[in-house]
Amino acid sequence: MTPDDTLVDVKNLKMYFPVLRGLLRRKVADVKAVDSISFRIKRGETLGLVGESGCGKTTTGRCILRLYRPTEGQILFEGHDISQLPESKIRPLRRRMSLIFQDPFGSLDPRQSAGDIVGEPLKVHHLVNSKREYRERVEELFRMVGLDPAMVDRVPHEFSGGQRQRIGVARALACAPSLIVCDEPISALDVSIQAQIINLLQELREGLKGLTYLFIAHDLSVVRHISDSVAVMYLGRIVELTDSITLYENPLHPYTRVLLSAVPIADPFVEEKRERIILKGEVPSPLYPPTGCHFHPRCPLAIPECSQVVPPLREVGGGHKVACIRV
Amino acid sequence: MSVLLSVNNLKTWFKTDRGLVRAVDGVSYYISEREIIGLVGESGCGKSVSQLSVLQLIPTPPGEIVSGEVIFDGHDLLKFPANGPEMRSVRGGKIAMIFQEPMTSLNPVLTIGRQLTEMLELHLNMDSEAARERAIELLNLVGIPEAASRIDDYPHQFSGGMRQRVMIAMALSCNPKILIADEPTTAVDVTTQAQLLELMKDMVVRFNTSLIIVTHNLGVVARYAQRIYVMYAGRIVESGITKDIFGNPRHPYTIGLLACVPRLDEPRGRKLVPIVGLPPNLINMPPTCAFLPRCPYRIERCQQEPWPELRLIDGQHYTSCHVDTREK
Repeated sequence: MTPDDTLVDVKNLKMYFPVLRGLLRRKVADVKAVDSISFRIKRGETLGLVGESGCGKTTTGRCILRLYRPTEGQILFEGHDISQLPESKIRPLRRRMSLIFQDPFGSLDPRQSAGDIVGEPLKVHHLVNSKREYRERVEELFRMVGLDPAMVDRVPHEFSGGQRQRIGVARALACAPSLIVCDEPISALDVSIQAQIINLLQELREGLKGLTYLFIAHDLSVVRHISDSVAVMYLGRIVELTDSITLYENPLHPYTRVLLSAVPIADPFVEEKRERIILKGEVPSPLYPPTGCHFHPRCPLAIPECSQVVPPLREVGGGHKVACIRV
Repeated sequence: MSVLLSVNNLKTWFKTDRGLVRAVDGVSYYISEREIIGLVGESGCGKSVSQLSVLQLIPTPPGEIVSGEVIFDGHDLLKFPANGPEMRSVRGGKIAMIFQEPMTSLNPVLTIGRQLTEMLELHLNMDSEAARERAIELLNLVGIPEAASRIDDYPHQFSGGMRQRVMIAMALSCNPKILIADEPTTAVDVTTQAQLLELMKDMVVRFNTSLIIVTHNLGVVARYAQRIYVMYAGRIVESGITKDIFGNPRHPYTIGLLACVPRLDEPRGRKLVPIVGLPPNLINMPPTCAFLPRCPYRIERCQQEPWPELRLIDGQHYTSCHVDTREK
């Protein structure tokens, strides 16, 4: 692989949040929200990040966008390490990367017009020279996401949930970024509207060469549908990383298997024959994660050794990586 | 299997400042003993309101159960006054409901134990000691670890999944004939969702209960329900045995719904077919089929005639559509 192919290269990324207690706000512990993860995203591809709430998937996305300054590790974006850059150096980079939020109701300023919301990044980054150019670019963005440019002067509450998410997508596209982090972009939408947004994201990726997504979601079927490869996270670590076909056909990590079997398929004929693995217990608190492999207390394959060693994410062939000493 | 509950032509309307909302507009369904049925639809289609109406839990005004009957145990529940003794013995007693949001449906200032024993004392006339014992037993049954000590905890001390288990324990406490689960797993993670649904399925067998799952998740009904009702804009548009609905969907809305959700087992690259347009605004709806503006199968007749009644197509399979969708 040539280095040019890689847009994002994350190496041993750690993001710890201090837990402060008492009158003096002394640090008593760390929440290891992201604990030494590594992955690459190739230009023009989509990496899905999947896991249950609290697994660190959103934190990972925010580290890559440098909304957080990581505790440790490297984030190479277009070949440059941005993990510890000061804010002043980050700003110009922000036009190369953007974010689509989960909640289309909370993430749009209710008093700004849709056109201003979409056009603001253009002004912030001085990407347009005249009012006319601005107007044209905003209208073009509206058309790209399937909104009528005649609606630029309306305010968010005049739009439906799906249309609002289209505004969010248009805003993310405004600076023609190479990376868009999509954080649960469809989970707040109605079932019949979700497909519209998924298709829009896919069409945009086909139309705009080199557009790359980090797609964060808890719904494995959606993630698998849109992503080229998928990373499964559990309590701050990646437990399995592979292409989305292998993920379904040959999942290796016990947690991935549990996750897959927990998702019901809308087909009673298939459901009849599926194996169901029901986990015991709940996800432990990330403040006090289990020793060794984080998954071992709930794992059907666990052996005593699992509580002692942290399994490395190792390659098992064809780019398929898994962090388990039992496979 | 004999029919346990049958709802006939139920209409629940809400009078709002902007007009009349026919949230539930002529819904009929039934459930038999020890059966699991699914009520599927998107938000605002009236699936929850139809369930709340059965228990007369509709806030009046603005809501009103305009017509219909709910036959349970040989009586029409809608004939009983909403706050009378008959309804109170049904509610939580013979028909129990598990709500969507376990945090808001549990009382935050009472211990779990108090909330559980209250039901047992009220409905089953247990004394406080027996009630407490039974409550611990129930919490054990639904998989709360160390139930005997956790019974004195408050709801905020439980995780979302555990709270929903407490809700299930409460619902089961009086040996109900019917359990209504209204979006029981929307607020929880997938592995917890699987745990809770398996638990409910086991409990239904153990307690000889029937279960109504109200959900927007087609996968959940495909996995658990024996029969399905698909709702759209206040009406049932298709109903039948689960395998018939999924294997041979006939209403354009059902067909659309199945084509627009990504499936875990699909080959890569299948293009999703979204349903165009938006779910309808229920205020002052036209008399024609509510799915008409979004329907790819629509014909002249749909624009001229009122929303068609459900018609039998075969076996137990009903659809409310003029068009034979197989021909397209």
